[in-house]
Amino acid sequence: MSQNKISTDKLNLYYGDNHILKDITIGIRAKAVTALIGPSGCGKSTFLKSLNRMNDLIDGVRIEGTVYLDGKDIYGPQVDVTRLRKRVGMVFQQPNPFPMSIYDNIAYGPKVHGVKSKERLDEIVEQSLRQAAVWEEVENQLRKPALGLSGGQKQRLCIARALAVEPEVLLMDEPTSALDPASTLKVEELINRLKRKYTIIIVTHNMQQAVRVSDDTAFFLLGEMVECGTTDRLFARPTDRRTKEYITGKFG
Amino acid sequence: MVRHTIEKAAEIIFSLCAFMAVAAVFSITLYMIANGLPAIFQAGWKEILFSSVWQPTAQEPSFGILYVILTSIVGTFLAVLLGVPVGLLTAVFLAETAPDSLAAVIRPAVELLAGIPSVIYGVLGMLILNPFLYRLEQKLFAGSQTHQFTGGANLLSAVIVLAVMILPTVISISETALRAVPPELKACSLALGASPVTTVFRVTIPAARSGILAAVVLGVGRAVGEAMAISLVSGNSVNLPLPFQSVRFLTTAIVSEMGYAGGLHRQVLFTIGLILFVFIMMINGILSSILKGERLE
Repeated sequence: MSQNKISTDKLNLYYGDNHILKDITIGIRAKAVTALIGPSGCGKSTFLKSLNRMNDLIDGVRIEGTVYLDGKDIYGPQVDVTRLRKRVGMVFQQPNPFPMSIYDNIAYGPKVHGVKSKERLDEIVEQSLRQAAVWEEVENQLRKPALGLSGGQKQRLCIARALAVEPEVLLMDEPTSALDPASTLKVEELINRLKRKYTIIIVTHNMQQAVRVSDDTAFFLLGEMVECGTTDRLFARPTDRRTKEYITGKFG
Repeated sequence: MVRHTIEKAAEIIFSLCAFMAVAAVFSITLYMIANGLPAIFQAGWKEILFSSVWQPTAQEPSFGILYVILTSIVGTFLAVLLGVPVGLLTAVFLAETAPDSLAAVIRPAVELLAGIPSVIYGVLGMLILNPFLYRLEQKLFAGSQTHQFTGGANLLSAVIVLAVMILPTVISISETALRAVPPELKACSLALGASPVTTVFRVTIPAARSGILAAVVLGVGRAVGEAMAISLVSGNSVNLPLPFQSVRFLTTAIVSEMGYAGGLHRQVLFTIGLILFVFIMMINGILSSILKGERLE
């Protein structure tokens, strides 16, 4: 087992009076894909967003417990949230390119983090688009608006945009739920290639997808993490009755 | 049967009401052209549009309104230059950063600003702005032999009053545009490690640009058409539009002279009205093409 990139210790999250996440303690392996599964409203997306502090944006959210990234608490007083988010990138459910050119979409992040040289930006743009397996499709239209791309291309563009700031961790919140099967396949292949370099955590409501792309799986239910382990083991021999019922389709 | 008759009658009444608005626009257009054009033929369009001498009541009258047109253009431009940044940043504050409690105070205040009659702006400008600018003028032009002192009633006063008057338009329309930007788009920017301020300027405002542009155009329309407030603070004499000169706008030219003008002089004032009308039509054209572009996106 490789070392944990991220781990949480008794993470609790409240939204107003609602207790959304309950005592989540989990370790996420570096350079592996971890899938978070569970029915809607189980807290898996909220958990994902607490790993790059996107929940900070919502009024009325209170967090207790700790989240460690490379052993350091990301909710600590010294933490620069923009630095953290550069290290922990995120891909959203809906592909949301900025209303600018394909090139500018990718160059946005690096520019924000101080990259000025044109050559360097060109390099990053090409490299990121290649990594996200969308370069061949867009290399001749880098100056065209990103909003003109197809849904699947947009999502790979958004992945490229997230990769452009050279993150260490990539959080993916149901990245294929808005895509057609062909595009979904492309994104899944992409995830398989990216895990050599990045620690990936993917939220999915699709159990087949979890089996296809992930090394580890954690099952969430009603704000609790019921069970986690290697994907092979969890789907073959779930230890908890609830996990078994969920993966065999008794509820969902 | 009775119900059917009521339905029919209601339909006819609705159509008539709608027709009245169209008829008004149509008849105004017709009337402006019919009354504005004769002077152009009589005095010559070059004489009117490109001469700067405005002596409508002299022995040898001259009807050059070049300075008046320039004043309207320059004055509007400067007012927009001053008012739009302030209005846009207010809108950003209201849409993005203001806590709800504070926004709940500022938003009605802005709406109130829009409801204040323009003559009140003019009176306040006279009471507050003009004396202040007069003191500034006395300092700046102390000892000048050539400067004609305006007592603070000058282009600068008018520009400031106009800038304040366009604020509500710019603020409320920009705010609506900024609020329409999908929160996910901002989240994407923040998730890349951009700060909230960077996100506003590089993502939110660019994403709302067509709405903001519409706000600017409507602000221009408001400024071009304003008469009452600026007639009180601008000094009302025909001059090249420089900050510390008394000036006359297209609107104020009509307001201040229509009461006594006769003959060709009166007709030229209608020509001024026609020019104003053309300006407003152009602004509306620009606006509708912006909005159409937005819908296509």
